[in-house]
Amino acid sequence: MWQRLFTLIRKEMQALLRSPQSRRLLIAPVLLQLLLFPFAATLEVKNSTLAVFNQDGGAASIELVQRLAATQAFPQVLMLHSQQEMQQVIDRQQALLAISLPQDLSRKLAAGQSVAAQAIIDGRRSNSAQIAYGYALQVIQQFAAERSHQLPPAKLVVQNLYNPNLEYRWFVLPSLVAIITTIGCLMVTALSLAREREEGTFEQLLVSPLTPGYIMAGKALPGMLVALVQGCIIAAAAVWVYHVPFSGTVGLLIVSMLCYGLSLVGFGLLISALSSNQQQAFLGSFAFMSPAVILSGYMAPVENMPLPLRLVSAVDPLSHFIIIVKGIFLKGYGFAEAWPQLWPLLAIAASTLALAYLMFLRRSH
Amino acid sequence: MSLSLRRLAALCRKESYQIVRDPSSILIAFVLPVLLLFIYGYGINLDANRVRLGIVQQDGGVEASRFVQTLQASPYIAASLSNSETAMRQQLQLGSVRGVVILRSDFSAKVRQGQGVAAIQLLTDGAEPNTANFVASYVQGVWQLWQAQRLPGQAEPAGLTLQARYWFNPTTVSRNYLVPGSISVIMTIIGALLTSLVVAREWERGTMEALLSTPVTRAELLLSKIIPYYLLGMAAMAMCVLVATLVMGVPLRGSLWVLFLVTSLFLGSALGLGLLLSTTTRNQFIAAQFALTAAFLPAIMLSGFVFEIRSMPLAVQAVTYLIPARYFVSALQTLFQAGEIWPVLLINLLFLLLSAAFWLGLTAWRTPRRLDGN
Amino acid sequence: MNPAMTASTDAIAIRLQAVSHAFAGRPALCELSADIRRGVITGLVGPDGAGKTTLMRLMAGLLKASAGSICVEGLDPVSAGDTLRLQLGYMPQKFGLYEDLTVLENLRLYADLRGVTGQARADSFERLLAFTDLARFTDRLAGKLSGGMKQKLGLACTLLGSPRILLLDEPCVGVDPISRRELWRMVSSLADGGMAVLWSTSYLDEAELCGEVLLMHEGRLQYSGSPQALMDSMQGRSLLLQDIVGNRRQVLQRALRSPAVIDGALQGHAVRLVLREAGVLPDLASLQAGPDASLQRVKPRLEDAFIDLLGGGPGGDSPLTEHMPAARLPDGVDAEAVIVAEQLTRRFGDFVATDHVDFRIRRGEIFGLLGPNGAGKSTTFKMMCGLLPVSSGEARVMGLDLKKSASQARQQIGYMAQKFALYGNLSVAQNLGFFAGIYGLSGASQRAAVADMVRVFGLQPFLAMNAGELPLGFKQRLALSCALMHQPPLLFLDEPTSGVDPVSRREFWSHINGLVDKGVTVMVTTHFMDEAEYCDRIGLVYRGRMIAAGTPDALKAMVASAELPDPSMEDAFIALVERDDRQREAT
Repeated sequence: MWQRLFTLIRKEMQALLRSPQSRRLLIAPVLLQLLLFPFAATLEVKNSTLAVFNQDGGAASIELVQRLAATQAFPQVLMLHSQQEMQQVIDRQQALLAISLPQDLSRKLAAGQSVAAQAIIDGRRSNSAQIAYGYALQVIQQFAAERSHQLPPAKLVVQNLYNPNLEYRWFVLPSLVAIITTIGCLMVTALSLAREREEGTFEQLLVSPLTPGYIMAGKALPGMLVALVQGCIIAAAAVWVYHVPFSGTVGLLIVSMLCYGLSLVGFGLLISALSSNQQQAFLGSFAFMSPAVILSGYMAPVENMPLPLRLVSAVDPLSHFIIIVKGIFLKGYGFAEAWPQLWPLLAIAASTLALAYLMFLRRSH
Repeated sequence: MSLSLRRLAALCRKESYQIVRDPSSILIAFVLPVLLLFIYGYGINLDANRVRLGIVQQDGGVEASRFVQTLQASPYIAASLSNSETAMRQQLQLGSVRGVVILRSDFSAKVRQGQGVAAIQLLTDGAEPNTANFVASYVQGVWQLWQAQRLPGQAEPAGLTLQARYWFNPTTVSRNYLVPGSISVIMTIIGALLTSLVVAREWERGTMEALLSTPVTRAELLLSKIIPYYLLGMAAMAMCVLVATLVMGVPLRGSLWVLFLVTSLFLGSALGLGLLLSTTTRNQFIAAQFALTAAFLPAIMLSGFVFEIRSMPLAVQAVTYLIPARYFVSALQTLFQAGEIWPVLLINLLFLLLSAAFWLGLTAWRTPRRLDGN
Repeated sequence: MNPAMTASTDAIAIRLQAVSHAFAGRPALCELSADIRRGVITGLVGPDGAGKTTLMRLMAGLLKASAGSICVEGLDPVSAGDTLRLQLGYMPQKFGLYEDLTVLENLRLYADLRGVTGQARADSFERLLAFTDLARFTDRLAGKLSGGMKQKLGLACTLLGSPRILLLDEPCVGVDPISRRELWRMVSSLADGGMAVLWSTSYLDEAELCGEVLLMHEGRLQYSGSPQALMDSMQGRSLLLQDIVGNRRQVLQRALRSPAVIDGALQGHAVRLVLREAGVLPDLASLQAGPDASLQRVKPRLEDAFIDLLGGGPGGDSPLTEHMPAARLPDGVDAEAVIVAEQLTRRFGDFVATDHVDFRIRRGEIFGLLGPNGAGKSTTFKMMCGLLPVSSGEARVMGLDLKKSASQARQQIGYMAQKFALYGNLSVAQNLGFFAGIYGLSGASQRAAVADMVRVFGLQPFLAMNAGELPLGFKQRLALSCALMHQPPLLFLDEPTSGVDPVSRREFWSHINGLVDKGVTVMVTTHFMDEAEYCDRIGLVYRGRMIAAGTPDALKAMVASAELPDPSMEDAFIALVERDDRQREAT
């Protein structure tokens, strides 16, 4: 019976690879996303514009402005001349942050008195604005600390483990391994069964000696294979093109990709068992995929979510897989560290596959 | 191109029946949007309030204990104590804490010694750079507070401080800007993803050949696809606005008619793109894949909805100018939180208009009246 | 007004002058010139790939001809398309109904598109619903209709608005004989009213009734004129070999080997032959048809002329016969009851699709299921091969229920679906390899089986082509070869020759005859009455019940009467169904 399974898988792979168009569809989106997303998906703030209304004009204030302009976040500084202008640049999104330095800044600093500067921040994009504000604050505190003659009682030494310079790309690429493979794998699994139903070949399979289990395995394994290949391409690009460190073992990465693939095809088969045509299968996978990506911890940490969404996230295979991939890439995960995420993947796979199998039996009658 | 209202109405009616009877289009147009709004509104909280922090306190001295107390009192930190550094590092590796503060056994002694030789060590989880930044700044805040508390009598720390005022969103609720942004993603889904299937479906099922042999004109064919999906998009939009403002408490400061105008223009380009893909590929599977790559993913990644466009490399920034969602997101964020700021809105409206004209024009041009091309 | 417009009152509705068309350099039509007259039905016949559909699409303005001129109602179909479409009805081969709209909603849509409103609409709806017998199903979704009913609805949608020109591309594929006859009546009354009708068909008995026929082959026009003239040219060449003793299939095979015979078919217990030359008879003795056998001249048919024009039929020897081993049944299976239905019933809610049907099929027998569309034929068929669960009663194949039985039992059957369920985006070779593989053939035995099928069915030139792009006849061959790859002793065929031209159909049946001689048992559903003649026994299903069963000759005998002493199979079919209707009304 292995040979029949092999036949099913071969057929599926032939269908995927036969026309240049479908080959392109498997690879081109992956490459495009690989090219754009690591650069686009960043929560860092760079190249922003800072607006400054310097009412002081003393040496200290000029130095402070120069220091702010020297950061990566604000290569451009817009000098303003009135409070009104400050309002305008924020309204019109010409600057993310506007700082007004008071008249007596230089004098008070020299006198060791306390002085407060004002920052107006565009709350429409509060995350970027908050980060930008954080950068500005750091510069100003540093500046102030140098001028105060008091030593702090203790230094704060920050050390970023796993990613010393907090390179955002190191975070994005391992996550992309998980996200991009999700699209490919789910599409292949959910749509191919729906297509067989539309074209009538499904009945041809049902009258053959193949049992429903085999037909399902024949759909599941190609999906896993697609996930594996796409995942390896992205992982390879992460290591050799984007120079993300790889601290785990390739074997563990592949094992977890397979576990993840298995849990995905479970969802894929479940969706295809529920839909009667390709359109429904496509929209169904999409309706699964978009919440799955958002709740995966890629866009925002799972621990920040309210409890109900954290529970949903627990059955989202993506959230587990992202932790594993990042662990393998950056944190040197071995099997023991990966296991707490691997077993949920296997449990998700087991339950979705079982459910899909039951639905499949019901539908094939 | 002549237009018969009777034929157009008949085709629109047909399209609406198809929408209403297909559970998947209802799922995409009404269930998924609400789901996404809630998930974006409550699921994405970039502000990382209450980060989980591990504390390794090897020093039982007063200074160390005070610092730990200050940490524990912070509303932004959920601290857990341990005296084993190895255990805490392990927790950090597993992701169960996002940062570890280490106070060595000689900490209190060194603080008393002065001269700034004492050190508080903070390890962050660099695998989550955004969270790591938050952890660092929260701990920094605590560190400053701890310093201030050690100098009784001085109400205010000397030197320079920066007082922040957040405009439009004083309490910096991410929801207020993520929800308007996610509306653009939802409109992309309805406008481009759903429509990428509809013409291809007619080709695949053979209904197109039958339609083309009737007196239907190109304009009718095109409008009969645009009107129902435009209305569907608008209905979904109305629902999103209601849910966002009434249920989720997101402010809407701009006027409804501008919102209507912006949405209409955006839907125009999204529908145009979806129909174009559907018309040219004549294959649902391929059209859908294209729509996913060409419309949906850019709407998330390149629209400035979560990720700041200005932080992207110039080449990528150039690409974003081609993405209609970029203008829609900017207009929505302004309309919802700031109101009618015309310099911002006009530019966005102009580009949305151009983009709608471009995509719809291209689709009209590519809509065939024969089986072999035009 | 354009002077060409005034010409539309002429008798000639469509004029083709040296029309050629090519798809990406591949010629589909070549220098075709013809006139299509108003007031008659013009039949368009020819084998698959002859260019019939392309021609229709050119006339409907859906394609632009590469060369030559087409004039429909004095208009150019492409440049004056908007004007022309108001006067033209076109039914594509696969008429696209909106499956998620109901019957009535589909009709309304096309009525609106064709500008049929008010009283005219009410009238034509009533007329068309009555004719298509869809009045009971107006609220049913089109996707839930049976294949034949969909076809009828498609036709009804095309007929809305009384066009002046009607182009019908294979309107009768999958439609039962009763509806076909009604459709014919209706369209001919439209033609009598002055409409120009072009009717493409692979049923030559239908084409025989046309006022004129255009016979195409490989993109060229082979004949244009009245079918009668063509049949007259065959005078004396059509014979019936009667009173055969022994195996009529083998008699047919032997007759086809004779150089004097160019074509032959079974007709009940007799064999119908077409001679190469009038008067030159085959040697009767060599046919071994028994002592009483006699050859008798019969009226030629259009099909005879058609096959003659194409240079003769495919011959009677199937290379499959040499290739297939004798079919052996597993031990313990009763050769008299290989396939058994006992009180077989299937209900869908309140609706009884199959109602206590009984039959048993012997080894080496061809059993045909016939019946009007929606009569329960397909439901019965699907229950027999295990695709539908049984509500009550039993469906046994070799003593086993396929729905419940292990895959070993399913290894014993071959199945060929209505629409030739092949993987359209895989190559022919990949399809063959796949079906060989899932039936457990691997390595050398798989290669050998595939090579045999390629040789037997002449698939060599197509191996690299996508199965979806094959001409219909070859699709059918490929589907049959996939179903036979594992040499099953049982074969299920669901409308196996739907839409396929007569030559391919002949060839198909020569293969089936060859298989039956090897002891393969065949169950088949069909709407072709000449195909029914090939069956050993026929079960006629109507309204879920088996209303008659027996040999083709026995069924014909049931309806023979003084005014119809020699009924055709179609006559028998219609009479038996009508008789059942009368009995139902009486009770």
